[in-house]
Amino acid sequence: MNWWLLSPEITLVAFAVIIIFLDLAIQRKGILAATSVIGLLVAMVFAVGLWDKTGVTALNGMLVIDRFSLFFQMFFPGVAALVVLGSTDYASRFSRFKGEYYALILLATTGMMFLASTGELISIYVSLELMSLSLYALTGFLRDPKSGEAGLKYLLLGAVASAVLLYGLALTFGITGTTHLAGIAAAVKGMGNAGENPALLMAIAFIIAGFGFKIASVPFQMWVPDVYEGAPTPITAFLSVASKAAGFAVLVRVFTVAFLSPGWLSQDWAMLFAVLSAVTMTLGNIVALMQTNIKRLLGYSSIAHAGYIMLGLAAIGSAGGGGLGQNGILFYLAAYGITNLGAFIAIIAVSHRLDSDLISDYAGMSQRSPLLAAALALGLISLTGLPVSAGFWAKIYIFNSAVQEGFLWLVVIALLNSVIAAYYYLRIVKAMYVEEPTSKESVASSTPVKVALVVCSIGVLYVGLLPGAVLRLIEAASILL
Amino acid sequence: MSVGLEQYLLLSAVLFTIGLVGALSKRNAIIVLMCIEIMLNAVNLTLVAFYRYGGLDITGMVFALFVMLVAAAEVALGLAIVFSLYRSRETVDLAEMDMMKW
Repeated sequence: MNWWLLSPEITLVAFAVIIIFLDLAIQRKGILAATSVIGLLVAMVFAVGLWDKTGVTALNGMLVIDRFSLFFQMFFPGVAALVVLGSTDYASRFSRFKGEYYALILLATTGMMFLASTGELISIYVSLELMSLSLYALTGFLRDPKSGEAGLKYLLLGAVASAVLLYGLALTFGITGTTHLAGIAAAVKGMGNAGENPALLMAIAFIIAGFGFKIASVPFQMWVPDVYEGAPTPITAFLSVASKAAGFAVLVRVFTVAFLSPGWLSQDWAMLFAVLSAVTMTLGNIVALMQTNIKRLLGYSSIAHAGYIMLGLAAIGSAGGGGLGQNGILFYLAAYGITNLGAFIAIIAVSHRLDSDLISDYAGMSQRSPLLAAALALGLISLTGLPVSAGFWAKIYIFNSAVQEGFLWLVVIALLNSVIAAYYYLRIVKAMYVEEPTSKESVASSTPVKVALVVCSIGVLYVGLLPGAVLRLIEAASILL
Repeated sequence: MSVGLEQYLLLSAVLFTIGLVGALSKRNAIIVLMCIEIMLNAVNLTLVAFYRYGGLDITGMVFALFVMLVAAAEVALGLAIVFSLYRSRETVDLAEMDMMKW
């Protein structure tokens, strides 16, 4: 087989090992962050180099290399590189374990990249766990009781969720007799309409529950606020963007490849995702209104955004194929990713200096640190979905895909939710720009953090002003069925 | 009465339910980890039963082996986190893990 197909993942694993050994050998730990950024960029370059290979399988069909997976193989290393840049200040808190920190980020990224390209149940489970175990360890990384508590809660709930997912996968395997998604699709299609197979429906429900935990959909969202608050802030950013995107990537692949036909089946799960979407975004937004801690607030906001993205899944099921819904999901993930990262990196810089995550401490931030306040404000504006930002086009695109499939009621709920969300996002912007600061001391940040912030802000504005280039990339990346 | 696929599937469903209920209701973190193991072993039983009675290829066995490997890693990490938390809190009672609440 052609090992070049795996070159992005092999690069990351090799760099993770190199970083652990470098950590033993060198004293200047700044080199570790630089090495991990280089590794992530090299992996991205390899993924770009594979762009012309489509529909190739590797490892006996366990991995499928197509543009959909290559899109995520560029997306995840990019996100991870920004997280690493953003955590350079913050990493001084892990006095002794910097090497492990960066190596675990690289391994989690590897798991996500495999997850986006799996075509088979066993490799779905193994790559999901590679991602999850690395993230559990990273969540409990700080040596304070809050971080430990967050790590334990994440691990216990995550392990229960993956056991439920696994039961669903085992039942699917038993019913269809194969673990390959394409084979499952053929077997499910062959069942036709003869009795809506209850065992299959149960297996699908378990699978949705397991992945629902990863994307933080109601009713599996209860871990999000606690874990987001307790985890080291760069890891919170990583969880909210990359781990959620990985969950959506594998959901889209499993449901568009394996469970699309017969028609009644895809109509069933389309309706299920539609209802989950409505409940998820409403709950996320309403509870977010009451938050005083900015990390918890963004936790609830990320639940709400999972609800918006599920609109796309409902559209896919209802249309009986990829198309608009799938483009909408990819575009939303890209826009939400860069927006949320920008907001979180600003929060990392502020919370590292102030040692506080309370929204009241952001009062007058525009006078204490104009750059951080501007980047955070831009992120919040884009999360609200106001024009000239990436979030605006993302919402338009995904709402459009749902309207085309007749989910008008759902889009009305989503629009009402966007109005609620505007209140709590813009409240922070108002605090930063209108209210008087509590202290005059300026909030400084290091050069890598500034670079990461500028990259994210330019990304948000670029997608907001000229969405065409990203849209073309995403249309090329869709799985055509 | 002979023991066939049905009986094994029923047994694994019962085991899975016991594990799930235990994991969601017990207060001791170690017992929750054990309940998660019961759930994973119920899945393994399902896989091996499908392999034995379904006339399927070796995939079911291989899947079960992978599950065991990952479960071992998961428990090792879980115990490590419980241990480090015990050193700072001197408890493994989940009801006392309430530093963060909305």
